[in-house]
Amino acid sequence: MATDPLHKTTAESTAGAGRPAGTVPHQKSGTPIVHFDQVEKRYGDHLVLDKLDFEVKRGEHVTLIGPSGSGKTTILRLLMTLERLSGGVIWVDGEPLSHTRKPDGSLRAATEKELRESRRKIGMVFQQFNLFPNMNVLRNITEAPITVLGVERAEAESRARELLELVGLGDKVNAHPTQLSGGQQQRVAIARALAMRPEILLLDEVTSALDPELVAGVLDLLRQIAHDTDITMLCVTHEMNFARDVSDQVLMFDSGRIVEQGTPEKIFTDPEHKRTREFLNAVL
Amino acid sequence: MSGAKFDWSAAGEVLPMLLRGFEITLLATVLGFLVGAVLGLLIAIARRAPTRFVTAPVRGLMEFIRSTPLLVQLVGAATVFSSVDPLVIGIIVLGIHYATYTSEVYRAGIDGVPKGQWEASRALSLSPVRTWRAVVLPQAVRNVLPALGNYAISMFKETPFLAVITVQEMVFEARKYGADHFAYTEAFTLAGLIFLVASYPTSLLMRKLEKRLGH
Repeated sequence: MATDPLHKTTAESTAGAGRPAGTVPHQKSGTPIVHFDQVEKRYGDHLVLDKLDFEVKRGEHVTLIGPSGSGKTTILRLLMTLERLSGGVIWVDGEPLSHTRKPDGSLRAATEKELRESRRKIGMVFQQFNLFPNMNVLRNITEAPITVLGVERAEAESRARELLELVGLGDKVNAHPTQLSGGQQQRVAIARALAMRPEILLLDEVTSALDPELVAGVLDLLRQIAHDTDITMLCVTHEMNFARDVSDQVLMFDSGRIVEQGTPEKIFTDPEHKRTREFLNAVL
Repeated sequence: MSGAKFDWSAAGEVLPMLLRGFEITLLATVLGFLVGAVLGLLIAIARRAPTRFVTAPVRGLMEFIRSTPLLVQLVGAATVFSSVDPLVIGIIVLGIHYATYTSEVYRAGIDGVPKGQWEASRALSLSPVRTWRAVVLPQAVRNVLPALGNYAISMFKETPFLAVITVQEMVFEARKYGADHFAYTEAFTLAGLIFLVASYPTSLLMRKLEKRLGH
């Protein structure tokens, strides 16, 4: 990756692509929908996240960037409650995600059942798609709405068809995941996540496993979703152009800490931190 | 009538008895395997329970069953439950014995389901029951069907043990005829052939299935 894409980024951003710097996060006010409060995660002796603090406002699109192993994916996995915290609290919509309030107001770790309740507003799209290979496309999308939300089958199916139209796969209703390309599978996975009407959508390097020619289509779809819906999005991505286009806020990670955060205009054109500059020079 | 010379008339006489016994053999195999397949699945799931209060006793029981001979278990159960039909005891003991083996097969199948499938299920808030039933087990069982089939064949060949607790399956009939007419050669040769004719095509079928599933 040489300097050309970097120049393009700079040129476009300084030309004022999108919004005026520094205004966006304040447009979406109110209590944060996600609040990481001194969150710590360690595997054995290895500290992955170090007393992490940040907030995401409702409707905001936040991109997490940084070198591999800096803890970005762990943040999404903690939010999705695929992993347990080692310390701190994650607040979602003012409620503790991984904890339960005891009658005296103090917090205790949530049980598996309580976790299942609290993860309902959150959806996730994975790097490896993780579609269910034993179900056709339609059932991949309707399974959770029917069995978790109690939606009628007919209603769930018509909504699934709409979503498949949205992601450009209206003709693949009865296909099996193995018959689809990676890009198509990821579109189905996005439709599947949306079918649960999440308030927060987590995107974990969703284009990293795709063939290069399929990346753009999936990113365009995500741009469209970011533009047309009010879903709060947290993306871990190495696609810096995408990050610049959709983000209201960019968090730059290194070694389990946020080294810098700000609007994409600020981060991509005028990063303050040396580590951010090094990283962007390396990837752009 | 004995020893070296094969008596075709005795063979003709014993064949209908053997086939009647074979019906019991098949019945014991099918039902026993059903017990073994279902119970094995439950054991495999129980062994993944999040608490030791479940996994430890299950493990202990499995070790116990696998460390003692099937024959001893059969005789033991038949002695303790002497009022129960020996065939029923045979089916249940065979089933439990084989469940300890099929559970390992299922375990391998369950372990073979990628972690991402569990995570996607969690991300969609599927309940544990739904995750097992709709996502994990269909994939796991599909992967282990050939291995299960092989256990079914090997169980089929172990049903003669039931003769010891007086279940009138095929080998029981063969032994009875052999003793009554001193025609063991004919009776046991035929019984062996019937086993061969039944299990060889089945194992070929299993191999075919294995290939189709891409193992």
